[in-house]
Amino acid sequence: MSLAKSPWIIHVNCNSCNGCDIELVACLTPLYDAERFGLLNIGTPKQADIMVVTGSVNYKNVNVLKNIYNQIPDPKVVLAVGACASTGGIFHDCYNVVGGADQIIPVDAYVPGCTPRPEAIIDGVVAALSILENKKKGNIRGKEVKLTGKEVPSNA
Amino acid sequence: MDMNSVLTVVLVLIGAPIIGCLASGIDRRITARLQGRVGPPILQPYYDVRKLLSKDNMIVNESQNFYVVVYLIFIILSLLMLVFKADILMIVFVYTVASIALIVGGMSTGSPFARVGSSREIMAILSYEPVLLLYALAIYLLTGTFKLSAVLDASTPVLMYTPLIFIAMLVVLNIKLKKSPFDYSTSHHAHQELVKGMLTEYSGPGFAIIEIAHFYEYVFLTGLIFLFWAANPLIGALIAIVAYLLVIVIDNITARVYWQWMLKLSWTFLLAISIVNIAFLYFSGVKIV
Repeated sequence: MSLAKSPWIIHVNCNSCNGCDIELVACLTPLYDAERFGLLNIGTPKQADIMVVTGSVNYKNVNVLKNIYNQIPDPKVVLAVGACASTGGIFHDCYNVVGGADQIIPVDAYVPGCTPRPEAIIDGVVAALSILENKKKGNIRGKEVKLTGKEVPSNA
Repeated sequence: MDMNSVLTVVLVLIGAPIIGCLASGIDRRITARLQGRVGPPILQPYYDVRKLLSKDNMIVNESQNFYVVVYLIFIILSLLMLVFKADILMIVFVYTVASIALIVGGMSTGSPFARVGSSREIMAILSYEPVLLLYALAIYLLTGTFKLSAVLDASTPVLMYTPLIFIAMLVVLNIKLKKSPFDYSTSHHAHQELVKGMLTEYSGPGFAIIEIAHFYEYVFLTGLIFLFWAANPLIGALIAIVAYLLVIVIDNITARVYWQWMLKLSWTFLLAISIVNIAFLYFSGVKIV
């Protein structure tokens, strides 16, 4: 239970349109007040437990995403918020888009919607918390995602 | 060392973090209420520390952990010296070593955010240290010794003759607790420009130890305020609590300022009122013992 009582999230914006970001920040406002569950939006990946990804991954930021994922100490979970982070969304067949976050890093929970409501995001965090607890119990560690340098599309 | 002092040490080592943890929890609760939120439970800082202890310690270099431990030890040492009524001047120096350890730790990581935070913390030390030393000097002028036992034995409270230094010490409390408007070396709220300031590269147990040291620091700093009315411990504790609550309110109603602003405030206004107070003590020659 020690992890579930103070989930600290780090918010990674991969090319999001800002819709999901605003809804995520809305979770911390007085109306939803996610801090009453101990949830904090933390600035550095080194102190985070839950990585919240918004937006579809593209070739410019894929290494940034991997880098931040590698810097979060175990146990950690990844939460994909919104249609774009889950599947690529309406950008899925853009020339510069890789796809959802799960194409690059292991995603543990998805929050669908464009954009998801703050209630749905809090729901997603709660779902991620039980996964976090299981990871701690089973001592499941996140694999280091290798950086490949300059990512380019296969048909470039 | 007799049995009694061993008991006191144990009591301080166990009791201080509990009080500090509750103070930190109350701080977060009051902050939430002032913002129209429900806020986390009072024990939230304890949950945070327990979680951090169960996480991995991801470090940049080995020395980083060493500086964290030095920080904790010197904070505890300064608190113990305060409890054992030691030399106030020595307490100030020991406390400075603790602050320096955190700065060197931040600098050693090489992260640009940690460097910015560390250099800002150096500026904070530059601005509060003179006031702290003048506070020690005021105690010397009033009692004829730097030993705190004289302050505690005196029948007249220190505050009677040092109201201006008291005002300066309230600002020092604000700077040292890293509360707004002086929360620019490390802050919960400055994600965009500072990430986490000089604590950016700490994680898991290392960060938990810093949090625990902060709990001790809360008690130590309010202890310095307590000395202003040590003649009556009840009033002294009340003044310390009110000062702490005042800092929380100031934290919530002000915005972060430039470090230049704090340096100007400290080296003009705070230093001036402290020196006026010292001059009064020196020329009037009042003693409280």
